[in-house]
Amino acid sequence: MLFMLIRRVLLGGVTVCIVSLIIFAGVEMLPGDACTQFLGEYQADEELLAQCRKDLDLNRPPIDRFAEWTQGAITGDLGLAADGTTKISTIVGDRLKNSLLLAFCAMAVGIPLALLLGVVSGLWRDRLPDIIASTLAIFAMTIPEFVSATLLILVLSVWLGWLPGIVLTSAAAPASEFFPEILLPVIVLSFVMCAHIMRMVRSSVIDVMASDYVQMATLKGVPYWQIVFRHALPNALLPAINVVALTIAWLLGGVVVIEVVFNYPGLGRLMIDSISDRNLPVVQSIALIVASVYVCVNLAADLLTMIANPKLRTMYMRK
Amino acid sequence: MTVSSTSRQQEQGRFITVMKDILVRPSGRIGLTLVLFHILLALLSPSIAPYDFKMQNSSLMLSPPSSEHWLGADHLGRDILSRTLMGGREALLVTGIATPLAVIWGGFIGILFGLVGGRVDEVLMRIVDAFLSLPWILKMLVLIVTFGTGIGVLIPTLTFFYGIPVIRVARAATHDIIARDFVWAAKARGHSRISIIWRELLPNVLDTLMVEGAMRWSWMLLAFSSLSFLGFGVSPPTPDWGLMISDARGFMSFAPWGVIAPVIGLSSLIIGINLSADALAKALGIDRAQKAPM
Repeated sequence: MLFMLIRRVLLGGVTVCIVSLIIFAGVEMLPGDACTQFLGEYQADEELLAQCRKDLDLNRPPIDRFAEWTQGAITGDLGLAADGTTKISTIVGDRLKNSLLLAFCAMAVGIPLALLLGVVSGLWRDRLPDIIASTLAIFAMTIPEFVSATLLILVLSVWLGWLPGIVLTSAAAPASEFFPEILLPVIVLSFVMCAHIMRMVRSSVIDVMASDYVQMATLKGVPYWQIVFRHALPNALLPAINVVALTIAWLLGGVVVIEVVFNYPGLGRLMIDSISDRNLPVVQSIALIVASVYVCVNLAADLLTMIANPKLRTMYMRK
Repeated sequence: MTVSSTSRQQEQGRFITVMKDILVRPSGRIGLTLVLFHILLALLSPSIAPYDFKMQNSSLMLSPPSSEHWLGADHLGRDILSRTLMGGREALLVTGIATPLAVIWGGFIGILFGLVGGRVDEVLMRIVDAFLSLPWILKMLVLIVTFGTGIGVLIPTLTFFYGIPVIRVARAATHDIIARDFVWAAKARGHSRISIIWRELLPNVLDTLMVEGAMRWSWMLLAFSSLSFLGFGVSPPTPDWGLMISDARGFMSFAPWGVIAPVIGLSSLIIGINLSADALAKALGIDRAQKAPM
């Protein structure tokens, strides 16, 4: 168990290291550097360019700069943005907080709803509640987020006027000021998230209800609801942990489009803006943050599954 | 000679069974109909579109549906019906080329490393994990911003990034098969790696790869239209659903038809592909229920 745990953590660490290497190498390979970008039209002047490269320490070998960048990143110092004056940690900090707020709200709505719908449609397979929920889930999973978001804005905010369709709060505002503007993005995100988790829970409920031990319990005369809550659900919900983790990881990327649609000042929109402006140091930092979160979430899910499943736990103990 | 002709007959027989199995299911029938309809539309739309897709007419700006312009006109006075009919051509072309390429290269690498195994495989999987842990949109945008937009950049970019998850799937499927007796027998007979891949592994992994390819197609289409929506996909005035939705969004409160028409076009195609993929998976007996989003 302990060995397994250490192995997982180390593998996660290795993945983050490779990611940072890919990011750094990718940015290095792009034509132009911070100076050609920063100087813009003045870059024809070789002397200025050389001076700038000297100021920004760009003449050192890439390996050295990579080492320095990683060191800084570990201690939370992400360096300076492309304009050479703003600290990245301050720009990214607010945006990260806003994105986390959005993700947290979507999870708070989406996960319980998904579990409920998944169990209901799994137990009443092929009956009306299942057909409605499964059809909706297929729509939610297949239609691009920007389409469902646009349609929701059209219906809920343009036609019915119930909710504000666009976020106007500034990035640095406290979390409470984002209500009620945050509601529509949360609805869209939790809708999509809910669909993925629900499908998974449904199929695992169906599998478990068809298993031998549930049949055994039925034959013994255990009441139906007791079978469901005592025997079936604990086993059926276990695989959901991994899907939840994958969905959260997806949320980090999928949120980008939604943030753009709703003009939400989160990490995703900052990413798009920085890529368009070629503010590469900021892009690097965002990529690193997102990848680390992804790895951590997956790691947490693996560990949770291991702790929750006695079979896995003892298997690793015996090893 | 006889062996190959019987195996070909078997292949054909299997193809027909699978097709029948797909068509028996309502999801397969609806899905395939939608996909075929869109492919036909993409081929024929230049000749059936009532107006020139780039013709601007300022007197028609944002005009509602009328007898001449069935779906009205957009903010530049262009006929929305014509643009919607043609809006899937670019998307189908790009994803139609990139999907098979992605499945081929991802599948080949996945099978190869699944067969080779050992340390090389372990290292490759770490790199794959690292790539998968970055959001797709970030990876693609960095390449697109560097090399510019257009088909010449979009196809290789999509092919590359959508092949990476295929590596994982192909490798896992290979691992399931590699321990079987017939692979051992082939190894014992002294067959080369290429021959084992081609004759023993590929036929057994092919089903999984086909289902994976169908799913990747719908995700790729999603990515493509999202990129267009964000302004990093096709360049105007090319008609594209994602771009049309993004353009018409600002006028949604008084000209909703500009949004609704491309939404229907895009959604029906993606739903069609998904339903077909689902039916294909069921017909081939592959359980896709546990597949997570990527």
